[in-house]
Amino acid sequence: MNLTFLFDRVMVAYVARRLALAGVMLFGLVCLTFVIANVAPSDPAALAAGPDAGHSQIEQARREYGLDKPLPEQFLRYVGDLAQGEFGRSVATGRSVGRDLARYFPATLELCLVAMSIGLLVGIPLGMLSALFKDRWLDHLTRIFAVSGIALPPFWFGLLLQLGFATWLGWLPTSGRLGVATEPPEPITGMLLLDSLLRGDPALFAESAGYIILPAVVLSLPCLASILRVNRSEMVECLRADYITAARAHGTVPWRLVAVHALKNAMLPTLAIIGLRWGWMMSSTVLVETVFDWPGTGLYAVSSAIAGDFKPVMGVTLIVGLNFMLANLVVDLLYGALDPRLRDA
Amino acid sequence: MSPGSDGRSADTRGELNRPRETLLAITDYRLAFDSFDGTAQVLDGVSLQLAAGETLGIVGETGCGKSVLARSLLRLNPAPPARVVSGSIQFEGTDILTLSEREMRRLRGRRIAMVFQDPVSYLNPLLAIGPQMTDALRGQHAAAREAQPSRAEARARAAALLASVGLAEPERLLASHPHQLSGGMRQRVLIAMALAGNPALLVADEPTTALDVTVQAQVLALIAGLVRDRGLALLLISHDLGVIAASCARVAVMYAGTIVEEAATATLLRGPRHPYAQGLLAAVPDLDRPDHRPRGIAGSIPNLLRPPPGCRFHPRCALATERCRVEKPLLRQVAPGHNVACHHA
Amino acid sequence: MLSRRTRLALWQLGRSFSSMLGLGLVLGIVGLALLGPWVVPYPDDVAGAVNIAGKLQAPSAAHWFGTDEVGNDILTRVIIGARLSLLVGVGITLAAAAIGVPLGVMAGTAGGVVREAVMRLTDLFLSVPGLVLAIALVAALGPGIVNAMVALVLVWWPGYVRLAEAKALSLREEPFIEAARVAGASRFRILWRHVLPNSLSPIIVKMSMDVGQAILAVASLGFLGLGARPPTPEWGAMISIARGYLPDWWWYAICPGAFIYVSVLGFNLLGDGLRDILDPRSNRG
Repeated sequence: MNLTFLFDRVMVAYVARRLALAGVMLFGLVCLTFVIANVAPSDPAALAAGPDAGHSQIEQARREYGLDKPLPEQFLRYVGDLAQGEFGRSVATGRSVGRDLARYFPATLELCLVAMSIGLLVGIPLGMLSALFKDRWLDHLTRIFAVSGIALPPFWFGLLLQLGFATWLGWLPTSGRLGVATEPPEPITGMLLLDSLLRGDPALFAESAGYIILPAVVLSLPCLASILRVNRSEMVECLRADYITAARAHGTVPWRLVAVHALKNAMLPTLAIIGLRWGWMMSSTVLVETVFDWPGTGLYAVSSAIAGDFKPVMGVTLIVGLNFMLANLVVDLLYGALDPRLRDA
Repeated sequence: MSPGSDGRSADTRGELNRPRETLLAITDYRLAFDSFDGTAQVLDGVSLQLAAGETLGIVGETGCGKSVLARSLLRLNPAPPARVVSGSIQFEGTDILTLSEREMRRLRGRRIAMVFQDPVSYLNPLLAIGPQMTDALRGQHAAAREAQPSRAEARARAAALLASVGLAEPERLLASHPHQLSGGMRQRVLIAMALAGNPALLVADEPTTALDVTVQAQVLALIAGLVRDRGLALLLISHDLGVIAASCARVAVMYAGTIVEEAATATLLRGPRHPYAQGLLAAVPDLDRPDHRPRGIAGSIPNLLRPPPGCRFHPRCALATERCRVEKPLLRQVAPGHNVACHHA
Repeated sequence: MLSRRTRLALWQLGRSFSSMLGLGLVLGIVGLALLGPWVVPYPDDVAGAVNIAGKLQAPSAAHWFGTDEVGNDILTRVIIGARLSLLVGVGITLAAAAIGVPLGVMAGTAGGVVREAVMRLTDLFLSVPGLVLAIALVAALGPGIVNAMVALVLVWWPGYVRLAEAKALSLREEPFIEAARVAGASRFRILWRHVLPNSLSPIIVKMSMDVGQAILAVASLGFLGLGARPPTPEWGAMISIARGYLPDWWWYAICPGAFIYVSVLGFNLLGDGLRDILDPRSNRG
């Protein structure tokens, strides 16, 4: 893929504009989380002070967390803290949310990256195949598979897989990231698969791969399904296109027609879905991580939400939103790499 | 545009009208399209002959089946919905309708090549010109089970082809994408691609319709020059009698899926015998006689799902009698080399 | 005699096995929701009778999917849950469309500052993936089925704004809208008579798909303990309880999960079939 265009002057301006827009959106997101946290009917100070706290203890907690200040001042402090990477403290545990996020996010990112790889590696070829065998049995099968993939409740599917592959067959571990007996290594990236490779530790790699398979499969299924469907319908369109007819008439071999000439065109809309699905995947981690006890931001958000502890939930919301924005930015740039018309526009 | 091609004469009549061995013989070819509304008899018993090096134009209104006929020669009509009902298409002695797809690939580009109507949609927007041409070249070698030229060799040949159709800076063109070229340049590129396999028959489907008038003349001159220099047989499809008169020695008039008249171009222009051909000529504006208003043909093309019985033109024909409503007129010779399908001719 | 268009649509729908399957599943779920209390095998268990002696029984002829931890028939509880899930799914979708579509049509036709304001707000809500935003909202509002619904409506409306705005914007350039404007039709008339009917197909398709997704989302929140609370017979919450009885009483989780799957599948297949007919050129996803 030709990425040199990124250094074009026009392109630099384009990227800068996109980054500026992302910055504005990020500020909007900060505002949104602040608004959500402050329309809450429950009292975070009461939560921080504990269930048996008296009135004075609650007031003390309120002062301690800065909750007694007027809202504009609270907002400025919130923005200022965020600018320094400080997400506040969890009122339930008293720990720094920023530090928690730094610990949990790599686990979620690793899970999503593996799941997305499964989605791409299975979804795109299957989509191509069902476009080639349109309205034949293979196409009907993948259609049922794809619609099922979107309809299956991930938490239920996860439980079924645990039951089948962990409890009954005993092939894979039920939950967690590593066995209790294994000492987790000092994190480099925080992603175990990557870290074990960096450290040259194949046993650790194998162990963490075993743990990640089931949650990654569950997480990837809806993503795989939509990549498959979009890729299929786009391939069907592209295979009908005039330029394919012409290339066929000129003697281009069938596999290149499909795998290069048509696929390249079909990848444009597929890319858009991949960007969108990355966000969906990030949000599905709350379910999958809960089922598999995967120590990532999803599980962190859910357990904090149940406890009524806002700061961690807002921190996760911000991190996931930021991640989604970056993913969309990458998709936009890949669009430019794929479509020469955009590069010159 | 480069000057090279413009000096060539568009007038190749007479010189190419010598009898030669038959290259293409279409006999009673019937093609139907199946749809929800029923079966459309798109081609209804077409018979045509073309000798090596001969130029034949097919003229008719939009929807008369001339493009479908052109695509039939390379078997590019998607099936389904297209379905061959009967007839044969003999090319160099073999019936291409009986060939396998693999054998057909050996003909595409190598023996029969095609130039398309709208160069924007017939060039892949995401691929540079170079790979589109080299893929075609290498594909032709693969289909013929010959050793494939290396990418560099194929590229050099592509550059030479571009130069041969009068395009300057072929190396730079190979690296360009279709959207960076003008309409005339794109059509030249498509013509160069069609010439890549050194074919015996060039099928040109409305090659100038999508172009500006001034560019039209250049492209027609280019095609005429190539036909003359390379001894190509040409089947030129157009709705414009002027275009055909400028490039073809013989002309066939098509109406609603049948050939209604076939003659030397000069003969037909001087004295058309079929009422439809007469109407078609009367509809052409004459620049020399601005006072002479062109006349249209009353009525419109019939619904091919329920074509009129007998002569398909009879509902629009002033001469129609009871016989025309019942009996389909067959193509018969009215003078040497002049065939008409009309009971009244 | 029906028009050709209608006949073609029905022919396509009838010919497509998956669309008919979707229609059948949706009708089945709607039927269960309507007739629930009259068709369940154990009407006494609807209100939650306690029968400790018969708790956690394996599937049998008497209890096809077994019994739960207080001895209620699981199938009965799940069928009763269909009404809640369907109501919630349809309610969320209708409310989201009712907010999103007018805003989108307005933004698409008005242009200028109005459009910018509406669309940037929409982008903002869309910048956080759905379930995470819903969890943030539920965390603020407090758990419960009503708050879960409110949160999901807040998450869902921007999708309709995007869709309606894009449709209205593309229609604005259409010659027939221009013709209506030139002919002196009022802005409201153009909106009502031309833009809305022409944007309806993709909106109907999206709504059909979204009912399924909303059912799934409510069940997800229920499973996480942020939506309906037990003993409400809500499918997600039931699975959440069943999880505590895994793996020994594994059948407990099967029935509610299968019902979520089947109803979401039904609405998705139906929406898919409708899209092939009503809106054939749009993207699938």
